[in-house]
Amino acid sequence: MSTLVLVLVTGVGLGALYFLVASGLSLIYGLMHVLNFAHGVFLTLGAFLGWEVASRIGATGWPAFLLSILVGGLVGTAFATVTELALIRPLYERHIEQVLVTVGLAFAAVALFEGIWGSDPIFITGPAWLDETTTLLGARIPNVYFVLMIAATALLASLVVFLRYTRYGMIIRAGVENRAMVTALGIDVKKSFTLVFAIGGSAAGVGGVLAAHYTGYVSAHLGQTLLIFAFIVTVIGGLGSLSGAAIASVLVAVLQQLANYYLGGTGDLIVVVALAVVLLVRPRGLLGRRPA
Amino acid sequence: MSAPTPPALHVDGIGLTIGGATILDGVDLHVEPGTKIGVIGPNGAGKTTLFNVISGVMRPTAGTVTLGGTDITRMSVPARARAGLGRTFQTSSYFPRLSVLENVRVAAQVSRGGNYSLLHFPRRDDPATEAAHAALHEVGLAHRADAMAGDISHGDKRKLEIATLLATDTRIVLLDEPMAGVGSGDVNGLVDRIRDLHDGGRRTVLMVEHHIDVLLGLVDKVAVMYSGSILAFDEPQRIMDDPVVQRAYLGTAA
Repeated sequence: MSTLVLVLVTGVGLGALYFLVASGLSLIYGLMHVLNFAHGVFLTLGAFLGWEVASRIGATGWPAFLLSILVGGLVGTAFATVTELALIRPLYERHIEQVLVTVGLAFAAVALFEGIWGSDPIFITGPAWLDETTTLLGARIPNVYFVLMIAATALLASLVVFLRYTRYGMIIRAGVENRAMVTALGIDVKKSFTLVFAIGGSAAGVGGVLAAHYTGYVSAHLGQTLLIFAFIVTVIGGLGSLSGAAIASVLVAVLQQLANYYLGGTGDLIVVVALAVVLLVRPRGLLGRRPA
Repeated sequence: MSAPTPPALHVDGIGLTIGGATILDGVDLHVEPGTKIGVIGPNGAGKTTLFNVISGVMRPTAGTVTLGGTDITRMSVPARARAGLGRTFQTSSYFPRLSVLENVRVAAQVSRGGNYSLLHFPRRDDPATEAAHAALHEVGLAHRADAMAGDISHGDKRKLEIATLLATDTRIVLLDEPMAGVGSGDVNGLVDRIRDLHDGGRRTVLMVEHHIDVLLGLVDKVAVMYSGSILAFDEPQRIMDDPVVQRAYLGTAA
Protein backbone atom coordinates (compact mmCIF):
# COMPACT_ATOMS: atom_id res chain seq x y z
CA MET A 1 0.00 0.00 0.00
CA SER A 2 2.66 2.50 1.02
CA THR A 3 4.65 1.52 -2.08
CA LEU A 4 1.68 2.25 -4.31
CA VAL A 5 1.22 5.63 -2.63
CA LEU A 6 4.91 6.36 -3.14
CA VAL A 7 4.73 5.43 -6.81
CA LEU A 8 1.57 7.45 -7.37
CA VAL A 9 2.76 10.58 -5.55
CA THR A 10 6.18 10.58 -7.19
CA GLY A 11 4.35 10.05 -10.50
CA VAL A 12 2.30 13.16 -9.92
CA GLY A 13 5.48 15.04 -8.95
CA LEU A 14 7.23 13.94 -12.12
CA GLY A 15 4.10 14.93 -14.06
CA ALA A 16 4.39 18.38 -12.52
CA LEU A 17 7.91 18.65 -13.91
CA TYR A 18 6.68 17.55 -17.34
CA PHE A 19 3.98 20.19 -17.21
CA LEU A 20 6.50 22.96 -16.49
CA VAL A 21 8.06 22.15 -19.86
CA ALA A 22 4.94 21.04 -21.76
CA SER A 23 2.86 24.12 -20.89
CA GLY A 24 5.15 26.35 -22.94
CA LEU A 25 5.30 23.88 -25.83
CA SER A 26 1.55 23.67 -25.86
CA LEU A 27 0.97 27.44 -25.79
CA ILE A 28 3.57 28.03 -28.49
CA TYR A 29 2.19 25.32 -30.75
CA GLY A 30 -1.38 26.39 -30.12
CA LEU A 31 -0.83 29.99 -31.13
CA MET A 32 2.03 29.79 -33.61
CA HIS A 33 1.96 26.21 -34.89
CA VAL A 34 5.66 25.96 -34.12
CA LEU A 35 7.07 22.82 -32.52
CA ASN A 36 9.82 24.39 -30.46
CA PHE A 37 12.69 21.92 -30.29
CA ALA A 38 14.78 24.54 -28.47
CA HIS A 39 12.47 24.54 -25.47
CA GLY A 40 14.73 22.14 -23.59
CA VAL A 41 17.75 24.40 -23.86
CA PHE A 42 15.80 27.26 -22.23
CA LEU A 43 15.42 24.85 -19.32
CA THR A 44 19.06 23.79 -19.32
CA LEU A 45 20.41 27.34 -19.32
CA GLY A 46 18.02 28.24 -16.50
CA ALA A 47 19.33 25.28 -14.52
CA PHE A 48 23.01 26.10 -15.14
CA LEU A 49 22.76 29.80 -14.32
CA GLY A 50 20.44 29.10 -11.39
CA TRP A 51 23.10 26.75 -10.03
CA GLU A 52 25.92 29.23 -10.71
CA VAL A 53 24.12 31.81 -8.57
CA ALA A 54 23.07 29.39 -5.84
CA SER A 55 26.51 27.82 -5.50
CA ARG A 56 28.09 31.24 -5.00
CA ILE A 57 25.89 32.29 -2.11
CA GLY A 58 25.65 28.98 -0.26
CA ALA A 59 23.66 26.34 -2.06
CA THR A 60 22.23 24.70 1.03
CA GLY A 61 20.41 27.81 2.21
CA TRP A 62 16.84 28.74 1.31
CA PRO A 63 17.77 32.23 0.00
CA ALA A 64 20.10 30.61 -2.54
CA PHE A 65 17.38 28.16 -3.58
CA LEU A 66 14.74 30.85 -4.01
CA LEU A 67 17.15 33.16 -5.81
CA SER A 68 18.17 30.36 -8.17
CA ILE A 69 14.52 29.81 -9.07
CA LEU A 70 14.15 33.51 -9.80
CA VAL A 71 17.32 33.50 -11.88
CA GLY A 72 16.22 30.36 -13.73
CA GLY A 73 12.88 31.96 -14.57
CA LEU A 74 14.46 35.21 -15.76
CA VAL A 75 17.11 33.41 -17.82
CA GLY A 76 14.47 31.21 -19.45
CA THR A 77 12.34 34.28 -20.22
CA ALA A 78 15.24 36.19 -21.74
CA PHE A 79 16.54 33.26 -23.79
CA ALA A 80 13.07 32.48 -25.14
CA THR A 81 12.31 36.12 -25.95
CA VAL A 82 15.57 36.58 -27.85
CA THR A 83 14.95 33.30 -29.69
CA GLU A 84 11.52 34.44 -30.80
CA LEU A 85 12.66 37.87 -31.91
CA ALA A 86 15.90 36.84 -33.61
CA LEU A 87 15.06 33.44 -35.12
CA ILE A 88 11.33 32.75 -35.19
CA ARG A 89 9.95 36.15 -36.18
CA PRO A 90 12.03 36.58 -39.35
CA LEU A 91 10.61 33.23 -40.50
CA TYR A 92 7.00 34.27 -39.90
CA GLU A 93 4.49 31.83 -41.43
CA ARG A 94 7.29 29.51 -42.62
CA HIS A 95 6.59 26.67 -40.22
CA ILE A 96 9.09 24.12 -41.53
CA GLU A 97 11.93 26.64 -41.39
CA GLN A 98 10.84 27.73 -37.92
CA VAL A 99 10.98 24.17 -36.65
CA LEU A 100 14.35 23.59 -38.31
CA VAL A 101 15.84 26.72 -36.78
CA THR A 102 14.77 25.57 -33.31
CA VAL A 103 16.38 22.18 -33.95
CA GLY A 104 19.59 23.94 -34.98
CA LEU A 105 19.52 26.22 -31.96
CA ALA A 106 19.07 23.22 -29.68
CA PHE A 107 22.13 21.45 -31.12
CA ALA A 108 24.22 24.61 -30.98
CA ALA A 109 23.17 25.47 -27.44
CA VAL A 110 23.89 21.97 -26.10
CA ALA A 111 27.35 22.12 -27.70
CA LEU A 112 27.90 25.54 -26.17
CA PHE A 113 26.84 24.31 -22.73
CA GLU A 114 29.27 21.39 -23.05
CA GLY A 115 31.96 23.87 -24.00
CA ILE A 116 31.30 26.00 -20.94
CA TRP A 117 30.31 23.48 -18.26
CA GLY A 118 31.77 20.26 -19.67
CA SER A 119 29.98 17.11 -20.73
CA ASP A 120 29.90 15.48 -17.29
CA PRO A 121 26.96 16.11 -14.98
CA ILE A 122 27.58 18.66 -12.24
CA PHE A 123 26.14 17.34 -9.00
CA ILE A 124 24.33 19.97 -7.01
CA THR A 125 23.07 20.43 -3.49
CA GLY A 126 20.14 22.33 -2.11
CA PRO A 127 18.39 22.96 1.17
CA ALA A 128 18.54 19.74 3.20
CA TRP A 129 14.76 19.74 3.54
CA LEU A 130 14.37 18.96 -0.18
CA ASP A 131 16.11 15.62 0.27
CA GLU A 132 14.24 14.75 3.42
CA THR A 133 10.96 12.88 3.28
CA THR A 134 7.46 13.50 4.50
CA THR A 135 5.39 10.49 5.44
CA LEU A 136 2.07 10.34 3.63
CA LEU A 137 -0.20 7.33 4.20
CA GLY A 138 2.83 5.31 5.23
CA ALA A 139 4.88 6.32 2.21
CA ARG A 140 8.01 8.40 2.67
CA ILE A 141 7.89 11.00 -0.09
CA PRO A 142 10.97 13.11 -0.87
CA ASN A 143 10.01 16.74 -0.33
CA VAL A 144 11.27 17.87 -3.73
CA TYR A 145 8.18 16.24 -5.26
CA PHE A 146 5.92 18.55 -3.28
CA VAL A 147 7.88 21.56 -4.48
CA LEU A 148 7.38 20.42 -8.07
CA MET A 149 3.65 20.00 -7.50
CA ILE A 150 3.32 23.44 -5.92
CA ALA A 151 5.25 25.07 -8.78
CA ALA A 152 3.20 23.35 -11.49
CA THR A 153 -0.09 24.10 -9.75
CA ALA A 154 0.86 27.75 -9.37
CA LEU A 155 1.84 27.90 -13.04
CA LEU A 156 -1.37 26.25 -14.20
CA ALA A 157 -3.51 28.51 -12.00
CA SER A 158 -1.82 31.70 -13.18
CA LEU A 159 -2.01 30.66 -16.83
CA VAL A 160 -5.71 29.87 -16.48
CA VAL A 161 -6.39 33.24 -14.82
CA PHE A 162 -4.31 35.03 -17.45
CA LEU A 163 -5.92 33.29 -20.43
CA ARG A 164 -9.46 33.33 -19.13
CA TYR A 165 -9.79 36.70 -17.51
CA THR A 166 -7.39 39.22 -19.02
CA ARG A 167 -7.82 41.06 -22.32
CA TYR A 168 -4.52 39.82 -23.60
CA GLY A 169 -5.42 36.30 -22.57
CA MET A 170 -8.64 36.53 -24.50
CA ILE A 171 -6.70 37.59 -27.60
CA ILE A 172 -4.35 34.64 -27.22
CA ARG A 173 -7.28 32.24 -26.90
CA ALA A 174 -8.90 33.83 -29.94
CA GLY A 175 -5.60 33.56 -31.82
CA VAL A 176 -5.33 29.87 -31.03
CA GLU A 177 -8.87 29.33 -32.34
CA ASN A 178 -8.76 31.37 -35.53
CA ARG A 179 -5.66 33.36 -36.26
CA ALA A 180 -6.86 34.67 -39.63
CA MET A 181 -9.91 36.25 -38.04
CA VAL A 182 -8.00 37.81 -35.12
CA THR A 183 -5.67 39.40 -37.65
CA ALA A 184 -8.58 40.59 -39.77
CA LEU A 185 -10.00 42.32 -36.69
CA GLY A 186 -6.87 44.47 -36.52
CA ILE A 187 -4.89 42.59 -33.88
CA ASP A 188 -1.21 42.09 -34.56
CA VAL A 189 -0.74 38.54 -33.28
CA LYS A 190 3.03 38.76 -33.66
CA LYS A 191 3.14 40.65 -30.38
CA SER A 192 1.42 37.73 -28.70
CA PHE A 193 3.99 35.33 -30.17
CA THR A 194 6.81 36.99 -28.24
CA LEU A 195 4.78 36.99 -25.06
CA VAL A 196 3.88 33.32 -25.41
CA PHE A 197 7.53 32.44 -25.95
CA ALA A 198 8.48 34.49 -22.90
CA ILE A 199 5.89 32.78 -20.71
CA GLY A 200 6.94 29.34 -21.95
CA GLY A 201 10.60 30.22 -21.42
CA SER A 202 10.06 31.37 -17.85
CA ALA A 203 8.21 28.18 -16.95
CA ALA A 204 10.99 26.14 -18.56
CA GLY A 205 13.69 28.11 -16.71
CA VAL A 206 12.02 27.57 -13.34
CA GLY A 207 11.48 23.95 -14.36
CA GLY A 208 15.21 23.68 -15.06
CA VAL A 209 16.21 24.68 -11.54
CA LEU A 210 13.64 22.29 -10.05
CA ALA A 211 14.63 19.50 -12.46
CA ALA A 212 18.23 19.86 -11.28
CA HIS A 213 17.11 19.37 -7.68
CA TYR A 214 14.92 16.45 -8.75
CA THR A 215 17.71 14.62 -10.57
CA GLY A 216 20.47 15.91 -8.30
CA TYR A 217 22.62 17.23 -11.13
CA VAL A 218 22.81 19.67 -14.02
CA SER A 219 24.06 18.59 -17.41
CA ALA A 220 24.06 19.99 -20.91
CA HIS A 221 21.45 17.40 -21.88
CA LEU A 222 19.09 17.90 -18.94
CA GLY A 223 16.53 19.90 -20.89
CA GLN A 224 16.54 17.93 -24.10
CA THR A 225 15.94 14.67 -22.20
CA LEU A 226 12.90 16.17 -20.49
CA LEU A 227 11.79 17.73 -23.76
CA ILE A 228 11.15 14.32 -25.29
CA PHE A 229 8.66 13.50 -22.55
CA ALA A 230 7.19 16.98 -22.70
CA PHE A 231 6.54 16.52 -26.42
CA ILE A 232 4.89 13.17 -25.81
CA VAL A 233 2.73 14.72 -23.12
CA THR A 234 1.78 17.61 -25.39
CA VAL A 235 0.77 15.27 -28.20
CA ILE A 236 -1.19 12.94 -25.91
CA GLY A 237 -2.94 15.91 -24.30
CA GLY A 238 -3.81 17.36 -27.69
CA LEU A 239 -1.46 19.81 -29.39
CA GLY A 240 -2.29 23.33 -28.31
CA SER A 241 -4.50 22.38 -25.38
CA LEU A 242 -3.14 23.59 -22.06
CA SER A 243 -5.53 21.59 -19.89
CA GLY A 244 -4.88 18.58 -22.10
CA ALA A 245 -1.16 18.97 -21.44
CA ALA A 246 -1.80 19.22 -17.68
CA ILE A 247 -3.90 16.07 -17.58
CA ALA A 248 -1.57 14.13 -19.88
CA SER A 249 1.49 15.20 -17.83
CA VAL A 250 0.11 13.53 -14.74
CA LEU A 251 -1.29 10.49 -16.56
CA VAL A 252 1.93 9.81 -18.46
CA ALA A 253 4.21 10.29 -15.45
CA VAL A 254 2.07 8.11 -13.17
CA LEU A 255 1.95 5.41 -15.85
CA GLN A 256 5.70 5.70 -16.26
CA GLN A 257 6.36 5.35 -12.52
CA LEU A 258 3.97 2.40 -12.22
CA ALA A 259 5.67 0.60 -15.10
CA ASN A 260 9.11 1.41 -13.74
CA TYR A 261 8.23 -0.09 -10.39
CA TYR A 262 5.90 -2.97 -11.22
CA LEU A 263 6.98 -3.90 -14.75
CA GLY A 264 10.72 -4.00 -14.30
CA GLY A 265 11.77 -0.52 -15.31
CA THR A 266 9.80 -0.40 -18.55
CA GLY A 267 8.48 3.12 -17.89
CA ASP A 268 10.00 4.80 -20.93
CA LEU A 269 8.79 2.01 -23.19
CA ILE A 270 5.26 2.22 -21.80
CA VAL A 271 5.20 5.96 -22.45
CA VAL A 272 6.12 5.45 -26.09
CA VAL A 273 3.51 2.71 -26.39
CA ALA A 274 0.93 5.07 -24.86
CA LEU A 275 1.91 7.69 -27.42
CA ALA A 276 1.50 5.20 -30.26
CA VAL A 277 -1.91 4.09 -28.95
CA VAL A 278 -3.13 7.68 -28.70
CA LEU A 279 -1.88 8.48 -32.19
CA LEU A 280 -3.66 5.42 -33.59
CA VAL A 281 -6.91 5.63 -31.66
CA ARG A 282 -7.33 9.36 -31.10
CA PRO A 283 -4.80 11.30 -33.18
CA ARG A 284 -5.99 14.69 -31.96
CA GLY A 285 -5.13 13.75 -28.38
CA LEU A 286 -7.22 13.84 -25.24
CA LEU A 287 -8.46 17.44 -25.51
CA GLY A 288 -7.16 18.44 -28.92
CA ARG A 289 -9.31 20.16 -31.45
CA ARG A 290 -10.81 18.29 -34.34
CA PRO A 291 -8.88 19.16 -37.48
CA ALA A 292 -10.85 21.89 -39.24
CA MET B 1 -27.65 62.86 -37.64
CA SER B 2 -25.78 62.60 -40.90
CA ALA B 3 -23.20 59.83 -40.74
CA PRO B 4 -19.70 60.61 -42.02
CA THR B 5 -19.07 58.88 -45.31
CA PRO B 6 -16.69 55.92 -45.38
CA PRO B 7 -13.48 56.19 -47.39
CA ALA B 8 -13.65 55.25 -51.06
CA LEU B 9 -12.16 51.91 -52.07
CA HIS B 10 -10.34 51.77 -55.38
CA VAL B 11 -8.98 48.59 -56.89
CA ASP B 12 -6.84 49.36 -59.94
CA GLY B 13 -5.33 46.88 -62.35
CA ILE B 14 -5.00 44.13 -59.76
CA GLY B 15 -3.28 41.03 -61.09
CA LEU B 16 -2.24 37.90 -59.24
CA THR B 17 -0.14 35.16 -60.76
CA ILE B 18 0.80 32.13 -58.71
CA GLY B 19 3.26 29.67 -60.23
CA GLY B 20 2.41 30.67 -63.78
CA ALA B 21 -1.35 30.49 -63.21
CA THR B 22 -3.24 33.74 -63.55
CA ILE B 23 -5.76 34.02 -60.72
CA LEU B 24 -6.66 37.69 -61.14
CA ASP B 25 -6.11 39.63 -64.32
CA GLY B 26 -6.38 43.41 -64.43
CA VAL B 27 -9.23 43.82 -61.96
CA ASP B 28 -10.58 47.38 -61.67
CA LEU B 29 -13.28 48.14 -59.14
CA HIS B 30 -14.16 51.62 -57.91
CA VAL B 31 -16.50 51.39 -54.96
CA GLU B 32 -18.36 54.55 -54.02
CA PRO B 33 -18.56 55.31 -50.31
CA GLY B 34 -21.55 53.93 -48.49
CA THR B 35 -22.80 51.65 -51.25
CA LYS B 36 -23.72 47.98 -51.10
CA ILE B 37 -21.89 45.92 -53.70
CA GLY B 38 -22.50 42.31 -54.64
CA VAL B 39 -19.79 40.20 -56.24
CA ILE B 40 -20.98 37.19 -58.21
CA GLY B 41 -19.42 34.74 -60.59
CA PRO B 42 -18.88 31.01 -61.03
CA ASN B 43 -16.64 29.05 -58.68
CA GLY B 44 -12.99 29.78 -59.35
CA ALA B 45 -13.75 33.19 -60.87
CA GLY B 46 -11.53 34.85 -58.24
CA LYS B 47 -14.14 36.40 -55.94
CA THR B 48 -12.60 35.27 -52.66
CA THR B 49 -9.11 35.94 -54.01
CA LEU B 50 -10.14 39.52 -54.76
CA PHE B 51 -11.36 39.85 -51.15
CA ASN B 52 -8.06 38.39 -49.97
CA VAL B 53 -6.14 40.98 -51.97
CA ILE B 54 -8.30 43.85 -50.71
CA SER B 55 -8.02 42.74 -47.07
CA GLY B 56 -4.27 42.04 -47.35
CA VAL B 57 -4.32 38.28 -46.85
CA MET B 58 -2.73 37.96 -50.31
CA ARG B 59 -0.35 40.33 -52.04
CA PRO B 60 -1.14 41.10 -55.68
CA THR B 61 1.57 40.78 -58.31
CA ALA B 62 0.27 43.87 -60.12
CA GLY B 63 -1.93 46.87 -59.43
CA THR B 64 -2.91 48.90 -56.39
CA VAL B 65 -5.59 49.02 -53.73
CA THR B 66 -6.32 52.46 -52.30
CA LEU B 67 -8.50 53.29 -49.34
CA GLY B 68 -9.61 56.91 -49.00
CA GLY B 69 -6.80 57.95 -51.34
CA THR B 70 -4.11 56.07 -49.41
CA ASP B 71 -2.27 53.26 -51.15
CA ILE B 72 -2.75 50.20 -48.91
CA THR B 73 -1.41 47.58 -51.35
CA ARG B 74 1.56 46.77 -49.11
CA MET B 75 -0.15 47.30 -45.76
CA SER B 76 -0.47 44.38 -43.31
CA VAL B 77 -3.83 42.80 -42.54
CA PRO B 78 -4.14 44.24 -39.01
CA ALA B 79 -3.08 47.70 -40.19
CA ARG B 80 -5.81 47.64 -42.85
CA ALA B 81 -8.32 46.52 -40.25
CA ARG B 82 -7.37 49.43 -38.02
CA ALA B 83 -7.77 51.71 -41.04
CA GLY B 84 -11.40 50.62 -41.14
CA LEU B 85 -11.45 47.58 -43.38
CA GLY B 86 -13.25 44.57 -41.91
CA ARG B 87 -14.04 41.18 -43.34
CA THR B 88 -15.49 37.76 -42.73
CA PHE B 89 -14.19 34.49 -44.08
CA GLN B 90 -16.07 31.91 -46.08
CA THR B 91 -14.95 29.07 -43.83
CA SER B 92 -15.18 30.47 -40.34
CA SER B 93 -15.06 33.94 -38.86
CA TYR B 94 -15.60 33.16 -35.21
CA PHE B 95 -13.79 31.61 -32.25
CA PRO B 96 -15.54 28.33 -31.38
CA ARG B 97 -14.25 27.97 -27.85
CA LEU B 98 -14.82 31.55 -26.78
CA SER B 99 -18.25 32.56 -25.56
CA VAL B 100 -20.50 34.50 -27.93
CA LEU B 101 -19.91 37.63 -25.84
CA GLU B 102 -16.13 37.14 -25.83
CA ASN B 103 -16.16 36.76 -29.61
CA VAL B 104 -17.68 40.20 -30.02
CA ARG B 105 -15.63 41.68 -27.18
CA VAL B 106 -12.35 40.77 -28.86
CA ALA B 107 -13.51 42.78 -31.86
CA ALA B 108 -14.86 45.65 -29.77
CA GLN B 109 -11.69 46.14 -27.74
CA VAL B 110 -9.51 46.57 -30.84
CA SER B 111 -10.97 49.98 -31.59
CA ARG B 112 -11.07 50.94 -27.93
CA GLY B 113 -7.48 50.14 -27.06
CA GLY B 114 -6.03 48.17 -24.20
CA ASN B 115 -5.57 45.02 -26.26
CA TYR B 116 -2.15 44.25 -24.99
CA SER B 117 -2.79 45.12 -21.41
CA LEU B 118 -1.64 42.24 -19.25
CA LEU B 119 -3.36 43.42 -16.14
CA HIS B 120 -6.65 44.81 -17.34
CA PHE B 121 -9.46 42.44 -16.73
CA PRO B 122 -12.41 42.88 -19.06
CA ARG B 123 -15.05 44.21 -16.73
CA ARG B 124 -18.76 43.85 -17.03
CA ASP B 125 -19.28 47.56 -17.46
CA ASP B 126 -16.31 48.66 -19.59
CA PRO B 127 -16.98 50.28 -22.98
CA ALA B 128 -15.87 47.27 -25.01
CA THR B 129 -18.20 44.92 -23.13
CA GLU B 130 -21.04 47.40 -23.48
CA ALA B 131 -20.42 47.70 -27.20
CA ALA B 132 -20.35 43.90 -27.45
CA HIS B 133 -23.67 43.60 -25.63
CA ALA B 134 -25.20 46.28 -27.84
CA ALA B 135 -24.05 44.51 -31.00
CA LEU B 136 -25.42 41.17 -29.79
CA HIS B 137 -28.71 42.83 -28.93
CA GLU B 138 -28.89 44.37 -32.39
CA VAL B 139 -28.54 41.04 -34.18
CA GLY B 140 -30.83 39.27 -31.72
CA LEU B 141 -28.22 37.12 -30.03
CA ALA B 142 -28.30 38.73 -26.58
CA HIS B 143 -29.85 35.59 -25.06
CA ARG B 144 -26.93 33.47 -26.30
CA ALA B 145 -24.17 35.73 -24.91
CA ASP B 146 -22.80 33.12 -22.52
CA ALA B 147 -22.99 30.14 -24.89
CA MET B 148 -19.83 28.81 -26.52
CA ALA B 149 -19.71 30.12 -30.07
CA GLY B 150 -19.05 26.62 -31.36
CA ASP B 151 -22.32 25.38 -29.87
CA ILE B 152 -24.79 27.83 -31.42
CA SER B 153 -26.81 27.11 -34.58
CA HIS B 154 -25.44 27.81 -38.02
CA GLY B 155 -27.79 30.73 -38.55
CA ASP B 156 -26.77 32.19 -35.19
CA LYS B 157 -23.09 31.87 -36.14
CA ARG B 158 -23.78 34.00 -39.21
CA LYS B 159 -25.47 36.56 -37.00
CA LEU B 160 -22.49 36.45 -34.66
CA GLU B 161 -20.17 37.30 -37.55
CA ILE B 162 -22.28 40.37 -38.29
CA ALA B 163 -22.31 41.35 -34.60
CA THR B 164 -18.52 41.09 -34.53
CA LEU B 165 -18.24 43.60 -37.37
CA LEU B 166 -20.95 45.83 -35.83
CA ALA B 167 -18.86 46.14 -32.67
CA THR B 168 -15.84 47.44 -34.60
CA ASP B 169 -15.12 50.83 -36.14
CA THR B 170 -14.91 49.33 -39.62
CA ARG B 171 -16.09 51.53 -42.47
CA ILE B 172 -15.80 49.02 -45.28
CA VAL B 173 -16.76 45.40 -44.74
CA LEU B 174 -16.14 42.45 -47.01
CA LEU B 175 -18.58 39.58 -46.43
CA ASP B 176 -17.59 36.30 -48.01
CA GLU B 177 -20.82 34.33 -48.49
CA PRO B 178 -22.61 35.65 -45.40
CA MET B 179 -25.64 33.46 -46.13
CA ALA B 180 -23.85 30.24 -46.99
CA GLY B 181 -25.53 27.24 -45.42
CA VAL B 182 -28.35 29.31 -43.94
CA GLY B 183 -31.87 27.89 -44.21
CA SER B 184 -34.36 29.82 -46.37
CA GLY B 185 -36.29 30.82 -43.22
CA ASP B 186 -33.26 32.65 -41.85
CA VAL B 187 -32.26 34.45 -45.05
CA ASN B 188 -34.62 37.39 -44.55
CA GLY B 189 -33.40 37.95 -41.01
CA LEU B 190 -29.83 37.92 -42.23
CA VAL B 191 -30.62 40.42 -44.99
CA ASP B 192 -31.90 42.77 -42.29
CA ARG B 193 -28.68 42.26 -40.31
CA ILE B 194 -26.63 43.17 -43.37
CA ARG B 195 -28.73 46.32 -43.73
CA ASP B 196 -27.95 47.06 -40.07
CA LEU B 197 -24.28 46.70 -40.85
CA HIS B 198 -24.63 49.05 -43.83
CA ASP B 199 -26.31 51.45 -41.40
CA GLY B 200 -27.74 53.79 -44.00
CA GLY B 201 -24.37 54.23 -45.68
CA ARG B 202 -22.15 54.53 -42.62
CA ARG B 203 -20.40 51.41 -43.86
CA THR B 204 -19.65 50.33 -47.38
CA VAL B 205 -20.60 46.67 -47.81
CA LEU B 206 -19.09 44.30 -50.36
CA MET B 207 -20.39 40.78 -50.42
CA VAL B 208 -19.72 37.59 -52.33
CA GLU B 209 -22.97 35.65 -52.36
CA HIS B 210 -24.50 32.80 -54.30
CA HIS B 211 -28.11 33.60 -53.33
CA ILE B 212 -28.47 35.73 -56.47
CA ASP B 213 -32.17 36.55 -55.94
CA VAL B 214 -31.54 37.87 -52.46
CA LEU B 215 -28.44 39.73 -53.57
CA LEU B 216 -30.12 41.54 -56.45
CA GLY B 217 -32.75 42.96 -54.11
CA LEU B 218 -30.20 44.05 -51.54
CA VAL B 219 -27.27 45.69 -53.31
CA ASP B 220 -26.81 48.90 -55.27
CA LYS B 221 -24.42 47.44 -57.82
CA VAL B 222 -23.22 44.02 -58.86
CA ALA B 223 -19.75 43.08 -60.06
CA VAL B 224 -19.69 39.96 -62.21
CA MET B 225 -16.40 38.08 -62.14
CA TYR B 226 -15.37 35.52 -64.66
CA SER B 227 -12.03 33.81 -64.91
CA GLY B 228 -10.09 36.38 -62.90
CA SER B 229 -11.57 39.50 -64.45
CA ILE B 230 -14.55 41.75 -63.87
CA LEU B 231 -16.93 41.19 -66.72
CA ALA B 232 -19.46 43.84 -65.75
CA PHE B 233 -20.11 46.24 -62.89
CA ASP B 234 -23.53 47.84 -62.89
CA GLU B 235 -26.92 48.12 -61.25
CA PRO B 236 -28.66 44.77 -60.65
CA GLN B 237 -31.34 45.18 -63.31
CA ARG B 238 -28.85 46.13 -66.01
CA ILE B 239 -26.64 43.22 -65.00
CA MET B 240 -29.60 40.88 -65.45
CA ASP B 241 -30.26 42.30 -68.90
CA ASP B 242 -26.64 42.26 -70.02
CA PRO B 243 -26.28 39.65 -72.79
CA VAL B 244 -22.56 39.14 -72.09
CA VAL B 245 -23.28 38.39 -68.44
CA GLN B 246 -26.14 36.09 -69.31
CA ARG B 247 -24.00 34.13 -71.69
CA ALA B 248 -21.00 33.88 -69.42
CA TYR B 249 -22.65 33.27 -66.11
CA LEU B 250 -26.35 33.63 -65.58
CA GLY B 251 -27.06 31.68 -68.71
CA THR B 252 -25.65 28.56 -67.14
CA ALA B 253 -28.23 28.74 -64.39
CA ALA B 254 -31.23 29.30 -66.69
